[in-house]
Amino acid sequence: MNFLQTLIVRVAYAIILLLAVLVLNFSMMHLAPGDVADTIAQANGGADAEVLAAIRAEYGLDQPFLVQLGRYIGNVLQGNLGYSFYYREPVAELILQRIPATLLLVFSAQILALLIGVLLGVISAQKPNGLTSHFVTFIALFGYSAPVFWTGILLLIGFSLQFQWFPVAGMRDVTIEGGFWVKSWDVLVHLILPMITLASVFLALYSRLTRATMLEQLRTDYVRTAYAKGMPHRTVVYQHALKNALSPVITLAGLQFSAVISGAVLVEAVFSWPGLGTLAFTSILARDTPTILGILFFSALVVIIGNLLTDLAQKLVDPRIGGKG
Amino acid sequence: MRHIFKGLMTATALASMVATAAHADEPKKGGTLVTVLGSNVRNLNSAVQSGIVTGFPGAQLFASPLRYDENWDPQPYLAETWETSEDGLTVTLNLVKNAKFHDGTPLTSEDVAFSVEVIKANHPFKSMFAPVESVETPDAHTAVLKLSKPHPALMLAMSGQLMSIIPKHIYGDGEITDVKAHPRNNENVVGSGPFKLVEFKNGEHVILERFDDFFIDGRPYLDKIVMRIITDPAARAIAYENGELHMGAFESLPRIINRLKGVDSLTVTPDGYGAIGPLDWLAMNTTKGPLADVRVRKAIAYAVDKNFIHKALMQGTAADSTTGIHPDSPFYAAQDGYDLDLEKSAALLDEAGYPVKDGSRMSLTIDFGWPGVKPQVEYVKAALKKVDIDVEVVSSADFPTWAKKMGTGDFDMSWDTVFNWGDPVIGVHRTYDSSNIQKGVWSNTQGYSNARVDELMAMAAVETDDAKRKELYAEFQAIIADELPVYHTNTLPYHTVYNTEKVGNPPIGIWGTSTPIDMTYLK
Repeated sequence: MNFLQTLIVRVAYAIILLLAVLVLNFSMMHLAPGDVADTIAQANGGADAEVLAAIRAEYGLDQPFLVQLGRYIGNVLQGNLGYSFYYREPVAELILQRIPATLLLVFSAQILALLIGVLLGVISAQKPNGLTSHFVTFIALFGYSAPVFWTGILLLIGFSLQFQWFPVAGMRDVTIEGGFWVKSWDVLVHLILPMITLASVFLALYSRLTRATMLEQLRTDYVRTAYAKGMPHRTVVYQHALKNALSPVITLAGLQFSAVISGAVLVEAVFSWPGLGTLAFTSILARDTPTILGILFFSALVVIIGNLLTDLAQKLVDPRIGGKG
Repeated sequence: MRHIFKGLMTATALASMVATAAHADEPKKGGTLVTVLGSNVRNLNSAVQSGIVTGFPGAQLFASPLRYDENWDPQPYLAETWETSEDGLTVTLNLVKNAKFHDGTPLTSEDVAFSVEVIKANHPFKSMFAPVESVETPDAHTAVLKLSKPHPALMLAMSGQLMSIIPKHIYGDGEITDVKAHPRNNENVVGSGPFKLVEFKNGEHVILERFDDFFIDGRPYLDKIVMRIITDPAARAIAYENGELHMGAFESLPRIINRLKGVDSLTVTPDGYGAIGPLDWLAMNTTKGPLADVRVRKAIAYAVDKNFIHKALMQGTAADSTTGIHPDSPFYAAQDGYDLDLEKSAALLDEAGYPVKDGSRMSLTIDFGWPGVKPQVEYVKAALKKVDIDVEVVSSADFPTWAKKMGTGDFDMSWDTVFNWGDPVIGVHRTYDSSNIQKGVWSNTQGYSNARVDELMAMAAVETDDAKRKELYAEFQAIIADELPVYHTNTLPYHTVYNTEKVGNPPIGIWGTSTPIDMTYLK
């Protein structure tokens, strides 16, 4: 099968998958008792019966399930993700507003986790049974096992209350006036604690994997040869062994990307970070079906496009992969 | 009229000076108040959206005809004077002449008439303006509300966030008939309140700035208000403590309240929530099973130790509540509580025909709708075990799941929190009125029906004499406390938190922060 055929097949699969994501989630949302009219009543501090009925009629919630589903899918096929029941804003707009904050948090946390994880992995691989190695393992496992909201609150108590170095919540301090650099600095200061919190989860993965692959590399012939030539230890480890050890780590980082987005939900909630995670969290609590489905649709799309690009890139780089398409 | 208004204004100015003299501070102009909203704002237009989150920005953006002081006395606001006719069927509002909307358009009686129409059509509380048949506008500054029957609840309904006067030239522009869905509800919002909208970023903040043409001279004192949206109560607590937030309201977690009380720089007060009137209670479904028998409901009340709820669960932060009306309300008539008495409880259960068989008299379920009240329901389970009632705790996955069960009567007992919203007609009647049985969440979910109670509520709703109204509500409260469709335990301990050294004259009236804060200043 040639490249174009592969592309067409993959895109077709992707569309079917997206539809399945929407239909399944729509059905699951529908199965749960209660609906958005109740949460709107909650936000209002109560509502009369006729008001509740009017809300349900307005959003078509009084219609049979299949009619509701058909309408929704029809809209999506026309490229319309609909209006949020709760916020009365277009879902696409709500999501687009939130994407930059989430990407900033997720990317910076991912980079931080990679840098520190790899460094810790390398350090502990050199003396796998030494005290440092055990310490690294402890730190990594601690970060991995502790619930992120707990880590977050702990960091807040430590670094926003005891030492008032970092702000408590949000992404910017609107009372600060200044130019681009002042504002960027402000965002950076707000970013640090949530970034560390989110990174703490993924640190363990990267440091463990780096440690394992480094141990393997350090036992290979080319490393022994390098030492035999009299090359300094530092050069052998960082310029030769690490280069070869990194490739599985990078693959893992790519795979983890979707997990980082889901992990961001709780971190965003603790730090009131105005990202997609906070939106997802509040929309689920509010039973705001169009917004939740919009977020799921968007997330699925990101994963599908990511996988598609990886597959195609691999096929271009190495024609042996996926010989039958 | 103008003189009366000025006189009143001087009087209130004097009063606030006396009040602030105690702090040895003069109101100072300027500054940015950083405060907080505990959840996302759905809609800034308080004419179509109720609730405490919209109430705070809503009451700054939009002005209402009246405002109330901390003694529950109405004060002039957009209406410089007002009068109710002898028969109670006509309420005349004489509006201030210098009120303008934020876009410079003068506010007239047309806007009042339009707002009443919009609120009647869209606001979730239908009882507020149901008796208002029409609003006549004999001139630009006189609005005459014509009622189908006397409606004393109208007074409180014209204050706080409940009667926001919205501009007709914007929301009644003809193209959009559904004001609920109007795009100007969230951006470029125009009202006549002390502050105008600068920016609303959902999930982040609402920023307001001083409206220089506000109709009260010299107000507001603040230049700017930043309302940050922080949904996590622990994060908010840290932000009060480290000084990031100057002020916040509606904090209700006992642990956090007590921790903040220990912080030197902060004042933490439960005052100022009387009209919001939040009550916690144990709801009992009177329509089915053993709970249909009043003796069983009483037995449960005798077995549940209020003292334990107040001391251990609420940790001393909540006030006692014995009826459906908030204890701060002028209509509150305290009833004798059901002090813990296990013998009496057991005797009542025996009498009702539920003797102990195999160690148990009956099995009941108890629901709850949000995680914060899980300790309460777990306690009820343990307490009722002592009188041999088996209780199963039923967790709902989320609020709508619980709301659905309550709204359809699919429960035995449940913990619940319901707000008074000013006059009893608005937020109290709904729980006991037999014509409002099981019509969604926070209706008469208990299925309670008593002809005398219905009659008392109907009479109180149209009684214009305050003293007589109080008598009617006193009898109503006595019956409720005796028949126990709900067992009233405590107020929800809403607290206002503010930085003592920074914030002068925080809003401590009856509406929490759902009131204009034009008199609040930064020291």
